[in-house]
Parts: sequence; structure tokens; C-alpha cells
Amino acid sequence: MEASQGGKAQEIVVARGKVLDLLRPDDSGKIQTILSVEVFGAIRSLAQFRLTGSQKDYIVVGSDSGRIVILEYNKEKNVFDKIHQETFGKSGCRRIVPGQYLAIDPKGRAAMIGACEKQKLVYVLNRDTAARLTISSPLEAHKSHTVVYSITGVDCGFDNPIFAAIELDYLEADQDSTGQAATEAQKHLTFYELDLGLNHVSRKWSEQVDNGANMLVTVPGGGDGPSGVLVCAENFVIYKNQGHPDVRAVIPRRADLPAERGVLIVSAAVHKQKSMFFFLLQTEYGDIFKVTLDHDNDRIKELKIKYFDTIPVAASLCVLKSGFLFAASEFGNHALYQFRAIGDEPDVESSSLTLMETEEGYQPVFFQPRKLKNLVRIDQIESLMPIMDMKVVNLFEEETPQIFTLCGRGPRSSLRILRPGLAISEMAVSQLPGVPSAVWTVKKNVNDEFDAYIVVSFANATLVLSIGETVEEVSDSGFLDTTPSLAVSLIGDDSLMQVHPSGIRHIREDGRINEWRTPGKRTIVKVGSNRLQVVIALSGGELIYFEVDMTGQLMEVEKHEMSGDVACLDIAPVPEGRQRSRFLAVGSYDNTIRILSLDPDDCMQILSLQSVSSPPESLLFLEVQASIGGEDGADHPASLFLNAGLQNGVLFRTVVDMVTGQLSDARSRFLGLRAPKLFSVIVRGRRAMLCLSSRPWLGYIHQGHFLLTPLSYETLEFAASFSSDQCAEGVVSVAGDALRVFTIERLGETFNETVIPLRYTPRKFVLQPKRKLLVIIESDQGAFTAEEREAAKKECFEDAGMGENGNVEQMENGGDDEDRDDPLSDEQYGYPKAESDKWVSCIRILDPRTAVTTSLLELQDNEAAFSICTVNFHDKEYGTLLAVGTAKGLQFWPEKFQGRLLAGIGPVLRLYDLGKRRLLRKCENKLFPNTITSIQTYRDRIYVGDIQESFHYCKYRRDENQLYIFADDCVPRWLTASYQIDFDTMAGADKFGNIYFVRLPQDVSDEIEEDPTGGKIKWEQGKLNGAPNKVEEILQFHVGDVVTCLQKASLIPGGGECIIYGTVMGSLGALLAFTSRDDVDFFSHLEMHMRQEHPPLCGRDHMAYRSAYFPVKDVIDGDLCEQFPTLPLDLQQKIADELDRTPGEIMKKLEEVRNKII
Amino acid sequence: MQASDRFNINSQLEHLQAKYVGTGHADLNRFEWAVNIQRDSYASYVGHYPILAYFAIAENESIGRERYTFMQKMLLPCGLPPEREDD
Repeated sequence: MEASQGGKAQEIVVARGKVLDLLRPDDSGKIQTILSVEVFGAIRSLAQFRLTGSQKDYIVVGSDSGRIVILEYNKEKNVFDKIHQETFGKSGCRRIVPGQYLAIDPKGRAAMIGACEKQKLVYVLNRDTAARLTISSPLEAHKSHTVVYSITGVDCGFDNPIFAAIELDYLEADQDSTGQAATEAQKHLTFYELDLGLNHVSRKWSEQVDNGANMLVTVPGGGDGPSGVLVCAENFVIYKNQGHPDVRAVIPRRADLPAERGVLIVSAAVHKQKSMFFFLLQTEYGDIFKVTLDHDNDRIKELKIKYFDTIPVAASLCVLKSGFLFAASEFGNHALYQFRAIGDEPDVESSSLTLMETEEGYQPVFFQPRKLKNLVRIDQIESLMPIMDMKVVNLFEEETPQIFTLCGRGPRSSLRILRPGLAISEMAVSQLPGVPSAVWTVKKNVNDEFDAYIVVSFANATLVLSIGETVEEVSDSGFLDTTPSLAVSLIGDDSLMQVHPSGIRHIREDGRINEWRTPGKRTIVKVGSNRLQVVIALSGGELIYFEVDMTGQLMEVEKHEMSGDVACLDIAPVPEGRQRSRFLAVGSYDNTIRILSLDPDDCMQILSLQSVSSPPESLLFLEVQASIGGEDGADHPASLFLNAGLQNGVLFRTVVDMVTGQLSDARSRFLGLRAPKLFSVIVRGRRAMLCLSSRPWLGYIHQGHFLLTPLSYETLEFAASFSSDQCAEGVVSVAGDALRVFTIERLGETFNETVIPLRYTPRKFVLQPKRKLLVIIESDQGAFTAEEREAAKKECFEDAGMGENGNVEQMENGGDDEDRDDPLSDEQYGYPKAESDKWVSCIRILDPRTAVTTSLLELQDNEAAFSICTVNFHDKEYGTLLAVGTAKGLQFWPEKFQGRLLAGIGPVLRLYDLGKRRLLRKCENKLFPNTITSIQTYRDRIYVGDIQESFHYCKYRRDENQLYIFADDCVPRWLTASYQIDFDTMAGADKFGNIYFVRLPQDVSDEIEEDPTGGKIKWEQGKLNGAPNKVEEILQFHVGDVVTCLQKASLIPGGGECIIYGTVMGSLGALLAFTSRDDVDFFSHLEMHMRQEHPPLCGRDHMAYRSAYFPVKDVIDGDLCEQFPTLPLDLQQKIADELDRTPGEIMKKLEEVRNKII
Repeated sequence: MQASDRFNINSQLEHLQAKYVGTGHADLNRFEWAVNIQRDSYASYVGHYPILAYFAIAENESIGRERYTFMQKMLLPCGLPPEREDD
């Protein structure tokens, strides 16, 4: 992850492997994701620059495309615009193709893009007469046989731009067999000067630098500082500049750090104000140091490194002008911190003046991490990185299955339970005297900010609650409380309306009450209203239409007899600046929805008619107002949607033509087992739709798209939006006999998560199906056991004269309570480092419902658990047992198999049975090429995954007690995940980010099954070491991220099964099988057109990216197809024409496929 | 160079070898070949962030440290070179 900042409002651009995100911290310090674009390429470096005098930053991206790309954020359209794209080399992450490093001249005049070795190119940036950014052809600054560690721009004001690089020449070391040259190999700091006059780059200056150097940081220059660079090296920070002696200071080290470990700076940020500047450097252990330079003009007198704070290790740090620090974590949640201080108070400090050189080298300075003093965390972005294992199961017996993921690393590890849908936070729950049927909120005046009353209707009464400091029952509101209500709303500017079965009660602002009674014995059954219009439906099917006249009086305007009872009705909201809305929608029990006109000249004329699959239960017009440069920055034309909840649980949605009332572009989606009831609510200042089926759903516009997402909440009966002093945008709802007030959080998220902290990096987990427990194995390299850590901690607190607190149990629940008194939460500070050959591990049994660990076994003696399975031995004596593969130097993968235990131990596959005191070895096969990493079984077949050589299909012959390999793969695959799809098919993922399926050809499979020897004879003949049969690759796709787990599952009830995968970068993806040839044709054509018309943002060819290691085969890229709605309208139309469809149809198709997955 | 030389396979190869570090040639020895493979691999690991993260988890180090280690290994990826026979 990399971050860069720009713009007046200061936004942050973040690269997440293959995704480019734009984040904006709002005034309250919450981070909003404004834009997220998949670029179909690996983003390797990111930098921002600003032309002098300009107000806006450009972004330069170094990727694997062999191109330099300059982007600009277009606020109006909310997209990144590609300004320049210059090709300089081959694509791919190669050794000598630039893209790995980027450096910018601080004055924005030139950019250098470098490779790991040899090549560096300089581009001159300028502007033309129309103030557009121009880019020159590249100037070479190559040096052969040279490895580059870091490059940066040197701030030298408006003199010729200079770039600094840490270089290491390996030519001599490669030639010298004595090793003399290699030991003498020396890193150099080299300055490259771009002569703007001559348009030429030259090596200006090169000087030896500490051999541990790994990173450069620009020191402000020109008028703002002394110029030069900070060279971050292992254990040191050194100031260097041309013609200036080195100024060196040691980086303070943690007291508990083993002596052989160095301290490396991994990320840096600079804070610059008019009068001062300082650097924040973060070490690989998470400690941040504030580095200040005491200088007199260009002379550095002192370099000071002072302990600042400790936060989880960041890939990139970014100081915002508004006083925030954004830390993009290497693993786990990213965080936004606010500065409370800038480290002016005394603390452990090392200085270049007090640097002591002894015989063993420089004298180290020690410090002890402490609580955050200068920073305070105010927001986080959740990240699942890395997903170590995943299972999709419905353990909680909810409507949809939950995704259990093992995430994170070391002390920040967690089990996260993901549920599709938005998270809500409950504000209040209060019990009511009966079971309510409906609830409304109502304002007293149209200009009021907050609601005045909550009105609750029961079977035979109405309860009115007034909203103030507290919510209290009132009786002076004017509402009739002896009857149930059908609707309550504000009418006109300042009067209230209550519709009850026998009439309409109109309460004027001065307390006068007008009552309209239904004729005869007929009762009102349905009501639809907006602020100026009311339509009621009487039993029998008569509609009566009222309008509010100029005096605020409710006047009957028109009557209309429908053919039968009305099932539901709704009036569109009054458009801004108009007297009335034109449309009334009426749903009937004959499975139709009619749009009626309310205009005076054609009042109650039927404008259009739509038949639906089931009687409609609820109708809602949702108006999307035209917005220009809204919160997400994009323009949206106004549109009107009619939504209908049908009795079969389907939500039906069509577009209403604003002029004619014609319905078009119908879409339907199954929401749940109950007929959806639709309510209008306000979310982020816009109208959104709440659909209450067997679970609640929210339909809202996010980043220009309409999203329909479930809420993670219980079944609700009725809801209304709620706004009060304490809760600006809430929802009040009734369910059972309770009134619930809640707010909806973090719009745009697909999943909401429940986090259960773990102790070490989780490796695998299994489900104990009977008792619904999870068994998790966790292990970490180079860490101390809990007892050792506890002892060390105690010692350290005693030394510091602090009271000892926190025992093992408390540490365990580290993440539960952030304000806990423990001054050293491991989650924040990390575990102390031990020697790299020390392992710690534990086996945990966890009840996911209560999040309680029922049993935890910490392994002793440097033993680590790596694999786990449950096993029932066939004598059934012990019931279900747990087999855990641990390592003291060996790899071990167990799998149950026909009442026995199969284990892969290095290259050997062994079958064990349970003996009296130990496992008995029954038979084995030693012919696997490297190390077995996965075993799956089905009947007598065993599917073995090798770490490097893909799958091997084996057979076990019971009568001969033999295991033999009958088929294998001909492609080397470094397996990271595997899953058995069916009898002949395996899905796998390799280390380089590919997913693939292999299948045993049908005839071979049949032959093996029919052959009485099971293909054994062929196997015994043995040719060229390989198995006699080969599996065929049927699918191949480059995901661009290391896939760590695969599972076949269905995320929605009744939905088709898809392959869900989780990756190291913390993303979850799904592969869905097409069921019809038509769909395949359609999407492959769409993909083809998208590739042509909409090439990826960072310049990588889409087809080449998806075929980065093996040619893509029979997989269509949904991520690319889903970018279709973001295209400009003319391009959408063009593609749609080619496909013989309308853009709407394409989007509907895309939505359909997405709805099949989640 | 004569115009015809440009299409000569040898000169084309020489051009490639000069331009692209790591391009093989007929006299490449085992050690040089392995060194090139290793350097290419390390450069690829450093370039692909997810792979770097994968290694970092395996070794329980920070990603920054892992990147530095890989870069350091580019100096002598296969140990010391063998003695030259002609020397």
C-alpha cells in the first residue's frame, strides 16, 4: 500500500496491489472512500507532484506495464483521467524495466522512474501555452551491473533538478571467485543532475555510503532547509549532501531486541511548515521516530532522532496539513491518527553529537515503547489482509451463510466473521405496551430540522411520543388515539394529517382540527401521500384524491372507481418548484401495477400498466435528484424509479419516464421469504429505500451506482426515518413489541464483520460440526511463548517501577478493550522478537457464537502446528479426534480417509491407523516430488497437492494395501490453495497469483474406475518418473494476488454455488460458472469490447495481465465488465450497439450476474 | 557496421544481450545462468507486493525488511562464482 496526497482538500491516493483508491478524511476525521478503480496491473510505485503555481496535484504511477502513467483526479466525473502514458519498456515486473522506483523533483519539474537494476529514466515535466501538462521523451541515467535500493528527488530550489539513488555495483563480485570483491562491495549514494538547458542527465556526484542503506528521504531545500538527503540505513540515519560531511546518528533500539537483529526504517513521512520541518521515520517494529535537523543555513550541526510513538508497521505514512497522520498498515486495519503533540516533550533521543564509537562499533541507544503520547487514533479502515484460511458455513443458522476468515498476523491476528450486508448500530430499544403494527415520524413544520413526534399504531389504538431531550408519551398532539392509524404525515407547510380507517384527521398548526369522514360504512384501506397530495383507497376499490389548496385546506378533487380492491398505492414526491406530482401508482390484486395521472387535465387517467409475477404488497417511488458534483463528485441526471415489493418476496424495480409515465427497464430481485415493505428513509442527506422482507435491505446510491444491500439486523415490521438532536440520520422501526432506533454505518461496504482476536498468526482451522466449535491452529516464527513474554513484561515494569498488571488471560483478550490499562498492548506494539529459529504455537477451541475460547493449548519446546483435521478411526472407540500436524522441522498434512488417517510428511504420503498407544503406519508412497501441502479424498481417490508440482491423483487399494499415483499435472504449480470440485476436477491456486482448474479426462477416469487393477499395471511400468496419465487444464486466470484459500459455496439462499477465494491482500473474490452458452457469448463479447474501448488505467494490457504466467482460459473478467457503467454514455452506447442491446440491458445483465453471487 | 550486418543473427543477439541483462548466450555457464535466474526472481518478488507479503508472513518479518533482504541477496545470489578455468 502506498499513499500520496494532493488537492486543496487533501485527499489520499492509495494503491492496494491492483486497485487505486482515493480517500478523503472528512472534518470529523472519518475516512471516506471516494473512488476505487481496479487497474488490471500491479501498482509498484506512486508519487504525486504539482507544477509550480498550480493548485492541483498529479499522480504518477509506476506499474508493471512498462509505461509511466500520469493521472489527474477529475472531480466533476469522479474518475481518474489519464493525462499521459509513455511506453519505455517491456511489461511485467522485470529486473531492468523501470517502474519499481519513482522520484519527483520537489518543484515538479521532472520525474525519475527506476528499475531494480541498471535502468533509470528521467522525464521532464512542463506545461504548454494552454497550461496543459507536457512530458518529454525519456533521458537515460542507466548504469549497468548496478542494483538500486532507493531513489528520491533532492530539493535544490530552482537550480537544475537532482535525483539521488543508493546504488550497489556487483560486476566485480560476480567475477571474483575468492569473495574478496564481494566483501568489499560498497553501496554508493549517487546524485544525477538533469541539466534543463542541455536536456541531459549526468552523474554529478557519487560517494560511499553505509552498506546497510535502504531508503532515502528528501530534506527540504531551496529557501526551506539545508537540502540534501537522509540516508536510512540499518541502525543509522545519516544526513548526506554534496560537499557536506556525513552527519550520523543511531536509531534507538528496543531494549528487548536480540543483539543480532538490526533496526531498519521501512516508511517515512515529512512534515513541512513555513518555519520548520521534521521527519517521521518508522522502523520495521512499528516504532516511529521524529528526526530533526539542527542547521545553520546549509550546515547541519546536529541530527536528532527522538522516540515519537509506536503504531502498527505501515507500508506508507502520510502527514496531512489538517493535523492527521494516515498510516497504511502492512497488514491489518489502516488507521488515521490525529496529532496531539509533535514530540516536543523530552523522550529517549539519540543525536549525532553524542554518537559514541567503540571497538564493537557505535554505541547503541535503548528505549522502551510506551503508550501513544503524540498520536491518537480516530478512525480505521478495515482490512482483512492477510486472509490465511476461510470457510463459508451457516453456523449461526441465519438466512445466509457466514464467512469465517482467519486474518492478520502475530498479535494483530483475528478470526473475522463476515456477513454480507451493511453494519448498523443500534441507538435505542424500548418495549411498548402492545404489539405495534406501524410507526411514523413527523415534523411540525416543513422547515424543522428534526422530527417532533413518533407515532405508533396498534391494532386498536395510536400512541404519540414526542421527541425532545427524551422521548415521552404525549396526549396533547391532536392525534386521535382511540383508533389505529393508516398514515401520519406532515401536510402543507405546517399541519399534520392522521389517516385512520374511518376518516382523515387534519390538525392545523393553531390546533384546529378538521375531520373528513368516509361515506357510509366504507373504510379506508390504503393511503398514499406526499406533502401536498393525498390519495386514499376505500374498501371495494374506490380511490379519492385530495389536494392541499392555497389556504392549507385539504380539498377533495377527484374520485375514481378501480375494478377491485387496491393492494397498495404511492404518490411520487412533489418535484422541487412544482405544485403537485403527476404520478400515482396503484397496485391491484390482479397482479398489475397502474400508473395514474394526478394532473388536473387528465386526472385519474391510466398512463401505463405493468403486470407483475405476484400481487404487489407495497409501492414506493424513489426519486433520484439531479446532482452536480455531489459528495462523490459526480453528476447524475434526475430520474424516478418505481419500486414494488411483491408477495412472493421479490422486489420489482422500474424506471418511470418523467414525462409520459411509461415504465421501462424492469428489474426484479428476490429479497426474502416475506413480501418486502418499502419505506423511504434519508441516508447521507439523500432519499434511500428501506425494504423489509425476512431481513431488511437498503437501496441507495453510492458512487453513482444504485446498490441494494442487506442490513445485518433482525426482521423488522415497519420503519420510518428518524431525525433528532442525538441522531441526525436514523431509522425508527418496530419489530415484535419493541421500538428500535438504529443508524446505518459505512455505506458501500459489502460485508460487515465481527472480530475475535487471536494470539498468533492463524494457519488453519476446522469445524467441529457436532458442537459447532472452531478449532484454530496458530503459530509464529521468531517469537517468545506467552510465559516468557509475561516474565519479560513483568521484569520490564518492575524495572520501570510500575505496577505489574495483565496476566496471560488479559493479554489474550488484547483487542477487546482499547482503553485497558495495559501500557503495552501487543496489538499496538507487536511481540518482542526472538531468534528466528524459535517458534511458538497454540491450538485453540473457540465457540464463535459467544466468541469465547473454551480451550487453549500452547505448544511447548519450539513445536509449531501447521495442519489440522478431525478424524474418526473406524473402531469408533474414541469418537471424533483431532489430528494436528506439528513441525519441528517437518511438514505434515493430515486428512481423514476411510476411518484412517492420511498424512503428508515432506514428500511421503502415509496412511496411519490408531494403535493402542500410538499411530501405526499402514502403508506409504514416497514418490511425491517435493513437499505435500494438501490432501483431499473422495471415495478411494486421494488428491494430493505438492508445493511445487501441482496435483497428483492417487488411489488406495485396500486389498493390496497400496497407495499409487495414477495421474498428475504437466505444469509446475506452486500450490497455495486447493479445493476438490468433483470426482475428476480440482481447483488450485499458485504462489504467483493464478487460479486454475484441472480435470482428469473422462475416458481416463472411466478406464481407471473400470480397470480391476485400477491402472496399477500401467503405473508399475513407470516411464520417466511421471504418472501414466495427465490431467488437463480446463480453466486458468491470473488474479494478481496470492490466493490462500478456495471454497465452493453459495452466499445467498437458493443461489447457485460459486468458488469463493480469499487472498493475501485481504480480498474476497468469487468465480461463478455460466449455465448457458448465450451468457458466455454475451459476456465474452462484452469483455472484448471493454478491452478495446476501455483499456486499463495504468497502461497494462488487460489480456496480457490476466495471462501473466499462463494464457487465460475460459474465464471472463467480471471486474472489467463491471466497469461498464463507469464509461461515458457515448462509449456505453457504442458498445451496446455492437452487442445489439441497449446500455440498460447490459447493466441489467451485469446486475443479474452479481445478484447470483451475493 | 554494414547494413547487411544488422540482419545477421549474431549481431541481433549481441544487441539483445547488451540491451536486456540476463539474455543467455551459447557460452553461458551454469553459474551465470543460475545467477541470472535468481536475480530475475528476486526482482519479481520485490515487484509483486502480494508475493512480498506472502514471504513476510512465512518469515514473520515486516514487508519492508523482506524487500531489503531480497535486494541484498541480489549481490551474490548463488554464492561465490567458481574459479575460471582459463585463469
